Amino acid sequence: MKTRSIGESVFLLAVYAILGFVFFITLYPFWNILVLSVNNASDTMRGGIYFWPREWDFSSFRQILSDSEILNAIKVTLARTIIGTPLTLIVICLLSYPLSKKDLVGGRPITLLFIFTMYFSGGLIPYYMILKSVNLIDSFWVYILPGLMNVFHMILVRTFMQQLPGELEESAKIDGANDLQIFYKVILPLCLPVLATIGMFTAIGHWNAWFDSYVFTYKPSLKTLQAVLVKILNQYQTSNMVSDAQKIADSAKKMAVSSDSIRMAATVVSTLPIILVYPFLQKYFVKGMTLGAVKS
Amino acid sequence: MNTTLARPKLHRGKSLNRGSSLWRKVLEQKYLYLMILPALIWVIIFAYGPMFGLYMAFINYSPGGGSFFSQFFHSEFIGADWFKYFLDNGDFYLVMRNTLAQSLLTLLFGFPAPIILALLINEISRNTVKKVFQTVSYLPHFISWVIAANIIITMLSSDGLINNILMFFGFVNEPVRFLQIGPYFWWIIALSNTWKEMGFGAILYLAAISSINPELYEAARVDGANRVRLMFHITLPALIPTIVVMAILSIGGILNAGFDQQYLLQNDTVLQYSDVIDTYTYRYGLQNSMFSYGAAVGLFKSVVSFILVVTVNSIARRTNGQSLF
Repeated sequence: MKTRSIGESVFLLAVYAILGFVFFITLYPFWNILVLSVNNASDTMRGGIYFWPREWDFSSFRQILSDSEILNAIKVTLARTIIGTPLTLIVICLLSYPLSKKDLVGGRPITLLFIFTMYFSGGLIPYYMILKSVNLIDSFWVYILPGLMNVFHMILVRTFMQQLPGELEESAKIDGANDLQIFYKVILPLCLPVLATIGMFTAIGHWNAWFDSYVFTYKPSLKTLQAVLVKILNQYQTSNMVSDAQKIADSAKKMAVSSDSIRMAATVVSTLPIILVYPFLQKYFVKGMTLGAVKS
Repeated sequence: MNTTLARPKLHRGKSLNRGSSLWRKVLEQKYLYLMILPALIWVIIFAYGPMFGLYMAFINYSPGGGSFFSQFFHSEFIGADWFKYFLDNGDFYLVMRNTLAQSLLTLLFGFPAPIILALLINEISRNTVKKVFQTVSYLPHFISWVIAANIIITMLSSDGLINNILMFFGFVNEPVRFLQIGPYFWWIIALSNTWKEMGFGAILYLAAISSINPELYEAARVDGANRVRLMFHITLPALIPTIVVMAILSIGGILNAGFDQQYLLQNDTVLQYSDVIDTYTYRYGLQNSMFSYGAAVGLFKSVVSFILVVTVNSIARRTNGQSLF
C-alpha cells in the first residue's frame, strides 16, 4: 500500500463526495417514484414519503394493469419494437455493405445523398403531409416505415465493415460466392457487436417513442404506452391546476389523488423494462459509442 | 500514360473502352445496387419528399381534394409572405429568445458536466465502484422524456422533494410553484437536460481518457506531480480534441433547443418562456392547421441550422484541422 499525502486524501474525499451527490440525484428520483407508486394514494397526500412507503398499496398497479387502454398500449409498443427493430437493422445493413466498398460505382454521391439528410430536413409540417399522402397517418406502419433508416447508425455500421480484413471477401469470391452470399455468410456474422449496439438503440427508441403516436395517430387502438402516459400527464397537469383553484372541492381533489398515483404506477411500468434490460447491454453500447468517437 | 500523350487520337477509343468497362462493373455490382434499393426508396420518400414539400411555405396551401403535391398547383403563390409574417409579428422575437436562452443555458450546464464527471470517474481506482457508478449515470439517458417529465414534475411539485428541502432549511415559507413561474422554465430545461444526459455524455470523454499513454502519468509522477496536477496537466489537455469536436456539434445544433422537454413540461402559464421554434411550429402548423405558416417557420429553422453547421465546421477545419465532414 502506498501512503497518501493529506492533500491527496482530501482530494479523494472531495471526488467521492461529488460523485456520491451525483449518484444520489441520478437514482433518487426513480426510487421516489417507485416508493410513491406503492404507497396508498390518499396517505401520500399527507406528505413525508421519501425513502420507504408508509402504507403499502398496490391498487394503482392493479388498476392500470386491468385498464384495457394501457394493456392495448403495451401490446402496440411491444409489436412496434419487435417488428421495427429487425426491419431497421436489415435496411441499415443492406445499405452499409455496398457503401463500405471503395470500388462501388457511384458510391460517393449515394453516400452524400444520405449524409445530407443528417444536416437538412423538410421539417415537421411537410413531413406530416408526406406521411398523409402515403397513407401512413393513423396506420400501425407509421411506427415502422419512417424509422427504417438511421443515417448515423448506417455510418457506424459502414465504418465497422470497412475495418474488416479484405482478404475474407477475396477468398469467398474465389470460392465463387456473389456479393449477396458474401454479405450474408461472411460480413454479417462479423458485424454482430455493432449490430447489437444499434439494435439496442433502435429497440429502446421504439419503446420510448411517443411523438409519432401522439401526433400521427388518432385511433385509440394505435396509441403506444408512452403516448398514453403523455395523456395521463396532461390530465394530471390540468387537474392539478383545477384543484389549486378550488381546493375545497373535495371530489375534484379525490380525482387528482387517484390520477396522481395512476401516473406514478404508469411511469414505473413503462420504465421497468428499460431498467431491467439495459445493464446487460451496457458493454455493447459503450463499445458502439467508442467506435463512433474513433470515426470522428 | 505515355501512349495517350503520344497518340491523342487513341484517347477517344480509350475512353469509350473505359465507359464500357464502367458499365460492366455496374453490371457486376448489380446485387450491391439491389441492396441499396430499400434505403434509396426510403430516403426519397421520407427525407427528400418533405424537402420538396417545403414549397408549401411559399404558397397559401389549403389541403383540399387531391394529393399533397397536386395541391401545389391549385394554391396561390405568395412568395416570402409567411416568412415576413413570422419576422414581423412579436412571436419571432419571443420564440428566438426562448430557443437561444434555453440552448445556451443548457450548454452552460450540460457541456462541462460530462467532462467534469469523466475526470472524477477517472479518479476512482476500484473497478467495481467505477462500473456501478457508470451504469447508474447512464440510466437517465435511456428513459424517454415522457418518463423524465413525470419524474421532474413530481420532484418539483408543491409537496415534492425539492420544496420539502427548501422549506425544511427555511429558505422559503411556502412551496414554490416552479413549473408555473415563467423565467424558471429556462433553468428547469437546462438543469433537467444536464441531469438526463451528463452520464451518457461522459462515455466519450472516458474513452478518450483511456487512450492516454500511461507513461505520461508515470513520468509526471516521477517529477513529483500529485493527482490534482495530473488531472489538470495531463488528462484535461488530452481531452481537448474531443472537447473541440463536441463544441462544434453543439454550436451547430443551437437552434435545436428540443421539443419533447418543452412540450411535456410546459403549461399555459409559462408559454411566454417555454415556446421554442419546434413547439411553435407544431402548435401553429398542426394544432392550428396553419400548414404553410408552420412549414415556413420550419424552413427558416432548417436553413439557419444548416448554415450554422457548415460555417462552424469550416471554421473548425481551418483552425485546427478537426472537422465532422
